Amino acid sequence: MAILVDKNTRLVVQGFTGKEGSFHSEQMLEYGTPLIGGVTPGKGGDTHLGKPVFNTVSDAVSMEGANTSVIFVPPPFAADAILEAADAGIKTIVCITEGIPVNDMIPVYHYVKQKGAALIGPNCPGIFTPGQAKVGIMPAMIFSEGNVGVVSRSGTLTYEAVDQLTRQGLGQSTAVGIGGDPIIGSRFLDILKLFQADDATEAVVMIGEIGGTAEEEAAAYIRDYMNKPVFVFIAGRTAPPGRRMGHAGAIISGGKGTAADKFAALEEAGATIVLNPAAIGAAVAAHFSIA
Amino acid sequence: MKVHEYQAKEILARYGVPVQKGVLATSISGAVDAAKKLQAENGTNLFVVKAQVHAGGRGKGGGVKLAKSLQEVEEKAGAILGMMLKTPQTGPEGQKVRSVLIADAVDIEKEFYLGITLDRQKNMTVIMASTEGGVEIEKVAEETPDLILKEWVDPSIGLQGFQARRLAFGLGFEGEAFKKAVKFIMALYNAYEATDCSIAEINPLTLTKGGDVLAIDAKLNLDDNALYRHKDLAELRDVHEEDPLEFEASEFHLNYVKLDGNVGCMVNGAGLAMATMDIIKIAGGEPANFLDVGGGANPTTVEAGFRIILKDPSVKAILVNIFGGIVRCDRVAKGVVEAANKVQINIPLIVRLQGTNAEEGKQILDESGLKVETAIIFQEAADKVTKALAG
Repeated sequence: MAILVDKNTRLVVQGFTGKEGSFHSEQMLEYGTPLIGGVTPGKGGDTHLGKPVFNTVSDAVSMEGANTSVIFVPPPFAADAILEAADAGIKTIVCITEGIPVNDMIPVYHYVKQKGAALIGPNCPGIFTPGQAKVGIMPAMIFSEGNVGVVSRSGTLTYEAVDQLTRQGLGQSTAVGIGGDPIIGSRFLDILKLFQADDATEAVVMIGEIGGTAEEEAAAYIRDYMNKPVFVFIAGRTAPPGRRMGHAGAIISGGKGTAADKFAALEEAGATIVLNPAAIGAAVAAHFSIA
Repeated sequence: MKVHEYQAKEILARYGVPVQKGVLATSISGAVDAAKKLQAENGTNLFVVKAQVHAGGRGKGGGVKLAKSLQEVEEKAGAILGMMLKTPQTGPEGQKVRSVLIADAVDIEKEFYLGITLDRQKNMTVIMASTEGGVEIEKVAEETPDLILKEWVDPSIGLQGFQARRLAFGLGFEGEAFKKAVKFIMALYNAYEATDCSIAEINPLTLTKGGDVLAIDAKLNLDDNALYRHKDLAELRDVHEEDPLEFEASEFHLNYVKLDGNVGCMVNGAGLAMATMDIIKIAGGEPANFLDVGGGANPTTVEAGFRIILKDPSVKAILVNIFGGIVRCDRVAKGVVEAANKVQINIPLIVRLQGTNAEEGKQILDESGLKVETAIIFQEAADKVTKALAG
């Protein structure tokens, strides 16, 4: 087993024939991801990368049984793309697009929830279940099959963590990049629940960053419900307040959202704190060699 | 994006939000003319001269002064224009004042706070109001959270009249002023929505002695991601308010934030960039900047990155940290070599490349003849920073 995506995934790509969509679809296919086709309005009936193109997500669902979507459409149209996927009954929607206005995302967030779908992102690298499915833009070469779940707000820092695990001989069950925007479809809490319930996951690496209170919320869940070990790094200990660190959501405002607060809450919840971002893999390895 | 108070008031007025009258001036004579104009309109003899800088806390820094005559307007504007205004939100050197808003002094009966922003916990817009106006709302939130009234906007129906009434009653408004306050709240929300704000803050919102409900100050932050559909608002950007290096970086689509340390860094990805800052600290240095080159680590952006980092004289070493996923490390390495050959780098340079074609990338750097320390493992790069700072 794994979480969110696996070999039973039937993936449809929204923005399939665009530059980004094409490039990453090729990579996903190369990895062996069960990608059934893509959507580009007006190009329905065409074939692209050897797969069918549909006019609508509903067509991809009714004709090919799509159950998961990954979105590469530009920011002005991305909110609409998410809504279309949710309306079509897609249950796992992954939005890679960066730069969607917050006001667009507010109704989208609530609509997706109401439809009972899981939205990952926006502004995220996607989901990777080694050996089964690569959904998004994470590089395949760093992954290996195993039992460590990874959840993170950032892209390349996720790769860093995964790479460290693989070098320690620790494979991953699934890695999820939840995104760095102020509004994201799934938070740490949502993904931790899935990892806790997943038989293939024995430990979780959580990579947070400054801003917001999602890490504190996760801490409460870890304290009350998790019996799997959680290893945490929070990026931005040296970031000054009031300055946005790249991600729209990464800002310490009104004295809230500091790395120190987050580390403290997670440590209190029983998670293992990793202060050095180069020592994430080693921390998990140390646990497994003792256990 | 931040805008000035006078710009915020102009935007709000378009949406029917009652704002204090004012005229912008960029010179002393312009300030006197502005005051004369206000005088001609409503016979006032009491003015406020307000420095127009993006930083908050202007009053405490001496950037807001009352003037009781045209003579005083001239004096106060003369003192404020061109000053380096220091507030808790500016750097230690302060922010140069290039313009002043000459405003009609208002007879205040009572001051309130009204703010609209995103509640990241609930994923909804929240409207916050408080009777503790004119003071730092963060302090109120910390010490007396009960004094902040909140209404969340259900995105499927928008802000409703009953919610605005609940807020206005909660603030203690009565009679005609109550109606004006309700209208004010609705208008401010409409402006917030229509212009894609991330923050709209009126502090203070005032009830005047004459019974009017008026915005005396206004702070709007606009969502950068939504500026593509507000071309007119995008033009309100004032680059004088930005750090010159940060502005230069933005011209190259680099995300740069200047910090006070001694080790510069250039990284792909915001999370990894913050982690790199953190490891610089662990390695015994202090990060001199945040710099995310994003997915486009090519010779042009890397060169621009080096130039910007090197303009900071306190930088004693540079750490480049690239995790190649989509971007290939051999290409990045070639870009680093090309850029480093163009830019004189006379301080230790540490380049860590990991991911796709990392070994090839390291080889290109090692054989380039450049004075560069290379690494593949993150910790190795950190150790080389420590060494560079020691030697």
